[in-house]
Amino acid sequence: MVHVEEQALEVVDKSLITQKAALMKTEGWRLVQISCLARDSFEVTYSFDKDYKCSHLRVILPVNNPELPSITGEYFAAFTYENELHDLFGIRVKGNALDFGGKFYKLSVPTPFAPQPQQPAK
Amino acid sequence: MATRTVIPFGPQHPVLPEPIHLDLVLEDEKVVQAIPSIGFIHRGLEKLVEKKDFLEMTYVAERICGICSFIHGQSYCQAIEAVMKIDVPERALFLRTIWGEMSRIHSHLLWLGLFADGFGFESLFMHSWRVREKLLDIIEETTGGRVIFGTAKVGGVRRDIDTPTLKRIEGELRTIEKMSREITDVFKKDSSVRRRTVGVGMLSKEDAVALGAVGPTLRGSGVSQDMRKLGYAAYPKINWEPVVETGCDCYARCMVRCRELYESFSMIYQAIAKIPDGPVDVKVTGNPSGEYFSRTEQPRGEVIYYVKGNATKNLERFRVRTPTFANVPPLVKMLGGCELPDVPVIVLTIDPCISCTER
Repeated sequence: MVHVEEQALEVVDKSLITQKAALMKTEGWRLVQISCLARDSFEVTYSFDKDYKCSHLRVILPVNNPELPSITGEYFAAFTYENELHDLFGIRVKGNALDFGGKFYKLSVPTPFAPQPQQPAK
Repeated sequence: MATRTVIPFGPQHPVLPEPIHLDLVLEDEKVVQAIPSIGFIHRGLEKLVEKKDFLEMTYVAERICGICSFIHGQSYCQAIEAVMKIDVPERALFLRTIWGEMSRIHSHLLWLGLFADGFGFESLFMHSWRVREKLLDIIEETTGGRVIFGTAKVGGVRRDIDTPTLKRIEGELRTIEKMSREITDVFKKDSSVRRRTVGVGMLSKEDAVALGAVGPTLRGSGVSQDMRKLGYAAYPKINWEPVVETGCDCYARCMVRCRELYESFSMIYQAIAKIPDGPVDVKVTGNPSGEYFSRTEQPRGEVIYYVKGNATKNLERFRVRTPTFANVPPLVKMLGGCELPDVPVIVLTIDPCISCTER
């Protein structure tokens, strides 16, 4: 038997993510995680859970000058994920309530790992 | 206002088996703020999808954590199986449940030992680990490994356990269960344990939900949420309920883990009684195309496996969100206002697994 959860996924513009997150919060959704896929663009996926149902919001960002508004006003727990987006992918998150300024991941190798405009992909 | 002092806690500390760093801002002996940072053990395992094919990545997933290894492998396999629509044989689902619950018991016994060590109860630490060794013997006998099981496989499991062995294991587990009760009774009743844990590291139900707590950290604050209720593996065919405590303190989180031991023993007995005959795996053909977020319940809480395939043998993206990562914001909340000597005890109650967290 294959176990597959039904999971909704909606692609939204980055200008709407704070508003959408606020709506999810009002409806009682829990923030599960924020992940990022780096290719020709960044795919940032926000996952939420309510009563064992999972739903995702996705924002597509350009590789050049990637920037996102923070959702820590709605979900304070997002600060770890948003610092991770900054430290590992080089995405600037504006308004992060607990911004570590690039010091959340104390790695011994240079970051971010994702291709940056000044650091072309090899 | 008292003078503020910043004390570094970790990355090397006697109670931390793995490195995490906290800057503790103190006023006298009281913690007013805790600022976490990670990155001391980042291995870049997610990046390995570019070199290892999607079947080989099962081995990598199993090595994300040295304690809950099997459930990592299982979660990864479930994600691939969901993308490729692979029907896993029923017997394999029961075996996954049996090994998954053994994994939970050995993780909780390990944690109970570390927790006892954290507040200086050395004999309790040794007893907990002595009992755990008995379980590791069973794991070694059935999987070939004591910590890294190596039995998870896309499409099923790599090994079977024959019926006589299952019956004998059940007898041994009942002995281990009896030994565990002697230990958990001490955690439950001993005055020195209670003095260090009751009313310490409070996390209200509202804060636990708002800050995204998972696993025993969440259930210790009165929230009944356990990803095994999603219905993967053989859990829908077994009678069980999430273990919930309402104390919201270190003691409550400890009691959740103590009671979960017995819930896991019961699940294994039921699975042994109900396991059907049949194959333990199916042949996997083709490559994954599509994406899926797989969720399972680790000993430390909900883990997320995200996979995205593009019909080639290498995945486009492999991402893991571990329970410890989710429990960092709740930990920061718990530490605010506590006394400095309570910091190690509070940190331990989220059962931090940093190599998981950093992948």
